[in-house]
Formats: sequence, structure tokens, C-alpha cells
Amino acid sequence: MTVLHSAPKFASNEGVIDAISETISVWLIEAHEAHGEVIFRVQREAIARVLETLRDTHAYQQLMEIAGVDYPSRPERFEVVYMLQSLTKNHRVMVKCSASEDTPVPTVTTLWPNAGWLEREVFDMFGVTFSGNPDLRRILTDYGFEGHPFRKDFPMTGYTELRYSEEEKRVVYEPVVLPQEMRTFDFLSPWEGADYVLPGDEKSRGTPHVAEPKTTDSPAQTGAGKAADKAAAEKVSPPGPEQKDTGKPAPGAPDPTSKEGGR
Amino acid sequence: MSMQREESLTTTGEVITNYTINFGPQHPAAHGVLRMVMELDGEVIERIDPHVGLLHRGTEKLIEQKTYLQALPYFDRLDYCSPLCMEHSYVLAIEKLLNLEVPLRAQYLRVLFAELTRICNHMLNMGAHILDVGAFTPNLWIMDLREDCLNFFERASGARMHSAWFRPGGVHQDVPEKLLVDIGDWLDNRFFQLFEDAMSLVMDNRIFKQRNVDIAVVSREDAIAWGFSGPMIRAAGIPWDLRKSQPYDVYDRMEFDIPVGTNSDCYDRFMVRVKEVYESAKIIRQCLRDMPGGPIASTDTKVVPPKRGEMKQSMEALIHHFKLYTEGFHVPAGEVYVATESPKGEFGVYLVSDGTNKPYRCKIRPTAFSHLQAMDFMSKGHMLPDATAILGAIDVVFGECDR
Repeated sequence: MTVLHSAPKFASNEGVIDAISETISVWLIEAHEAHGEVIFRVQREAIARVLETLRDTHAYQQLMEIAGVDYPSRPERFEVVYMLQSLTKNHRVMVKCSASEDTPVPTVTTLWPNAGWLEREVFDMFGVTFSGNPDLRRILTDYGFEGHPFRKDFPMTGYTELRYSEEEKRVVYEPVVLPQEMRTFDFLSPWEGADYVLPGDEKSRGTPHVAEPKTTDSPAQTGAGKAADKAAAEKVSPPGPEQKDTGKPAPGAPDPTSKEGGR
Repeated sequence: MSMQREESLTTTGEVITNYTINFGPQHPAAHGVLRMVMELDGEVIERIDPHVGLLHRGTEKLIEQKTYLQALPYFDRLDYCSPLCMEHSYVLAIEKLLNLEVPLRAQYLRVLFAELTRICNHMLNMGAHILDVGAFTPNLWIMDLREDCLNFFERASGARMHSAWFRPGGVHQDVPEKLLVDIGDWLDNRFFQLFEDAMSLVMDNRIFKQRNVDIAVVSREDAIAWGFSGPMIRAAGIPWDLRKSQPYDVYDRMEFDIPVGTNSDCYDRFMVRVKEVYESAKIIRQCLRDMPGGPIASTDTKVVPPKRGEMKQSMEALIHHFKLYTEGFHVPAGEVYVATESPKGEFGVYLVSDGTNKPYRCKIRPTAFSHLQAMDFMSKGHMLPDATAILGAIDVVFGECDR
């Protein structure tokens, strides 16, 4: 695929997968290149050893970022992605492993000191634990916060909200109360992409087609019931000046097309 | 400041008490809401535990609920001192997933405004840094220059700070020709006179040097190991600049130098920024000189919304407009990590797409995380007032750090 975009251009990916796969083949699950990124998926238990090999043998000196991603449908729902950068080769690779709530990932604080906060963040946001991290506290959320907010099943509105209470002269925490329900629109086209039933369209699937079309011949058949307020129909204001039929067309009216009048 | 006594033994056996104090969360030199728990031995810093996250707004979670275009303004609110550079990483990440070509004029405009943002950011940071170590006047002078930059942003996008002007595929609107002329005039006739005046007050100033030279020296090895980037790694003598080594947009057509430090202290970090301002001005001049005409956004109508005039004439344009502002465009499934050189260092966006109109996950790599984490080892053994100089030289903004 020809590169049309103008995103950062680092050194060529050619041969990188082969060269690295050779040295980490024992722990490697899969490696591929997509969208110009080289991605290695490795065994969780070996992540520290893989990254050490990359750092020491392949000169990826810097750990720029650790990202957590949540895929709830997978058996091990979390993915931990390490972004490495080589200053000497001017190249970047991503290494990832999967984890669940109760399978700790070996820490890499032994390799890079800045991994400490990055791992704390993944722990805080997703609840992935890192074995060997000496200081695995929460980092971004509030003191005393419960839960892991970036999990897909954590509601965007959260569970608690805080306000300053004038009576108690302090900040109090309360359950979230929304005056209006949180609305999420995905705007996906119902003709392509969306795989759910639109509101009001529930009967359209699975129910047999009605042979006799429903018609409304009289007001009673509309299902609307009686008029809600008969008094509303009565004329309250006095009628306007009486109209006399002069036999002449009103000024500006179009010519009648036939003497018999329209239907 | 709250104080708490802690007892420790010295080598001679007598008991002295260490103080643990709170620096922040509201402190004028903390550059935002930073709480640092400091353990002090007299006035010497023994340990610093920075508590971040007080400005955490869950931006990444919010982005998952928005279409790609709706998520863009969140980036202005990350590092609110250099908003356009934040947008830059994000739009490039989307374009990388889409493999979308951006017209040359748009690339030039982006580079021009990214560099103007860099100047704008450095004006604020250097002013604050100087103020933190005791000088008042230069801050007032260069804040005036920052104001000029903000006026340019306003003329280009309608907003002084939260521009939302870089868009996937290009920029939102073309700039008036007069604006480009005015930017050139400003560089030629106003900017350097004021900037050099202000800098002449501090660069060789005895007090300023006493407060900054040999403060928080970081070796090259440490700078690499701690994941430093931007002026922090360059001050350590490593000529690493993503604009040069991993060029994006039209940076590969620009001629500029990478200033590096020799001593890797707070003074070097400051001076690297001073020199960077000159390099940014060089890039801006080249942009103004070479900028071609032409479209300012990609012609791919499935990504870039049509112009208002087109919508009045063409049914197809009207449909595209409607679809792009409701459903938004779909991005092919995949994942990319795109990092650009923001004024503070490497600002990265890890974007995971599942093929729909919303990002599945958007992880933002703040520059401050690596730098602030090193605060503990950088300030060990220094005096309490040095902490403000170190913080000022890190150039930290909490909108970006806490997200």
C-alpha cells in the first residue's frame, strides 16, 4: 500500500519482524505489521524478558508508553501495550500481552524507572495488576476511589458525585443522580453497520407479516378513543362578520375550471 | 501547608526531625493542581512524592463516546498552553489509519501554526519559570508576545486558545492572506526586539544563574531511561527531535537546527527553549515563503465535510454534510501510535479503531508523566526553593498530565 498520509516517518519496518522474532521466538505468539506499525504479541509471563531483549539486543532504549485496552468479550479481557522507541535506529515497535483481573503482569520497573507511573495508571484505570511493582497505588483517580473507570462496563457517568455541603461544611460524596438519563447515540446507519433494533421498530423483526393491511375507515378505528375535551371544540370567541354569497368570485381568486364546480 | 513530624537518626546519634510538607495542591509555583508530598531535612529535599490526577477528567473515556471529529476539541483542553500541537498528533493518527493524503497547503499551514504554538507555549513557560525564580518583569514582556500569538490563532480559527482548527484531512478553514503577512511583519518588526530585550534581563543575570545552573543535573543515561523527550532530553545533550528524526507534514522540507544543552541542568533546559524559539521563527519564515496555494483540506468527500457554498448547489454535498456531522466517518480497524514533537516533548496518541465511527480506545501519552516522575530523583539533595525552578524547567501542564 502506498503511503499517502503525512504522519511521522520513522525508519523502515523492513526485516524488523524477522530479526526480532528470531531472538524472542520462545515467547512470541504472533507478530504482524499493519498501518505502518510493527506489533508483537507475546506471552504475559515473559513480557519483562522480551522487553529486556528488545532493549539490550535490539537497542530499543526508551519505553515511551504503556497503554491498557479492555476487550470484554475475550477470555483474558485486558491488553497491555508497550510502546518502545529506539533512538539509535530511529524506530518504534509495539509489544503487547493479554491479562485478566487476576493474572498479574510482570513489572518492567526493573528495566525502565518510568514504568512505575505507567503501570500505576494501567492498574488504576483497568485493574490490571503488575507483580513486582513496589508502589502500585492509584494515580489519576480520587483518593479513596473504587472501581476501574476505563473498563468498558464502567458507566461514563460514574457512580458517585461530590459537592460542597453548606450544612456539613465539607465536601460530601453522593450517588450520581441525573435529572435526565444519560443519552448515547451511535449514529450508525440502520441500513449498514447497526445490528440492533431501532426504538419503535421492535415488531419489525421475527413477527409474521400481517396479511390484511390495517386501514382506518372511521375515526373509531384509529384507536385514538374519544375526544379528550369536547368543550375545547366549542367556539369561544364570537364569529367574524357574516359572509354573504354575492355570486361573484372573490377578488384575486383563480377562475373556476368548470361550471359544475370541483369535486 | 500542613506539617507532620517524622523522627530520624543522624550518624552522630542525635535525633533530628524531618518535616513532611505538602507543596500544593494550590500553589502558584506548582503550575496547576499538583500536590507534592515533600520530606525535608531542614531545607534540603529528601524525598518527593508527586500526587497527580487532581485534574483528571477522564478525557480518554469521553473520547470513546464521541465520533472522531467530536473528540477533536478534547485535545485542545489537554495541554491548554499549546492546543494546536495536541490536535496535531490526533489528526495525524486518524490520517494514518485512513491513509489519507493531506494537501500541501494544509500541511504548511499546520506546520506554521504548530510552530507559532511552540513560540506561544515557550513564552508562557519561560515567563513562569523566570517568575518562579524571582524575576518579575520579563514575564510581563513576553506574556505580551503570547497575546500576539493568541490573536493570530483567533484570526485563523475564531478562538484564542481552544481552536479545534486542525481537522482530519487538513485544517478547518483557510487563513486570510493578510494574516500571513502580519505574522511575517510581527516576526520582523516586533517579536525579536521584545523577546531579546526580555531575555537580556535573565540570560546572563547572576541571580537567575545562581538559581538554575547545576540544579537537577540529569545524565544522558538517566534521561533516556526515564523516557525523557523534548527540551528535557535535548538539554542532556542528545539531539533528539521528532520533527527532525521522524518528520511529519512538511517538516522534512524545513531547515532548522536542534539546540542541545551541555550541562543538563535547569539553565540548559531554559536556554534550549530560548534557542528553540529562534528555530521556530526560522520554520515560520520558511512556511510563509514556500506556502503554495490550493485546497486546505483533503478532497476525499467521505472524510472532509463540504463547503457551505457547495451545499447550496449540490445534493450530494448536502448529504455528505449531514452524514459527516451526524454519523461521522468510519475509520478502518487497526491500531496506531503516533507521536509528534509538542513544545513539551513527545506527545503521543495510541488510537485503536474497530471500524466504526467512534474510537474504540484513545490513549494519550502525556509528556509530563515521564518528567514529573523523575522529580523525586532530580530534586534529591536540593533546597526547597529549587523545587520550583525544577518544576518550571520541566514545563508541566496538568491538563495534559492528568487528562
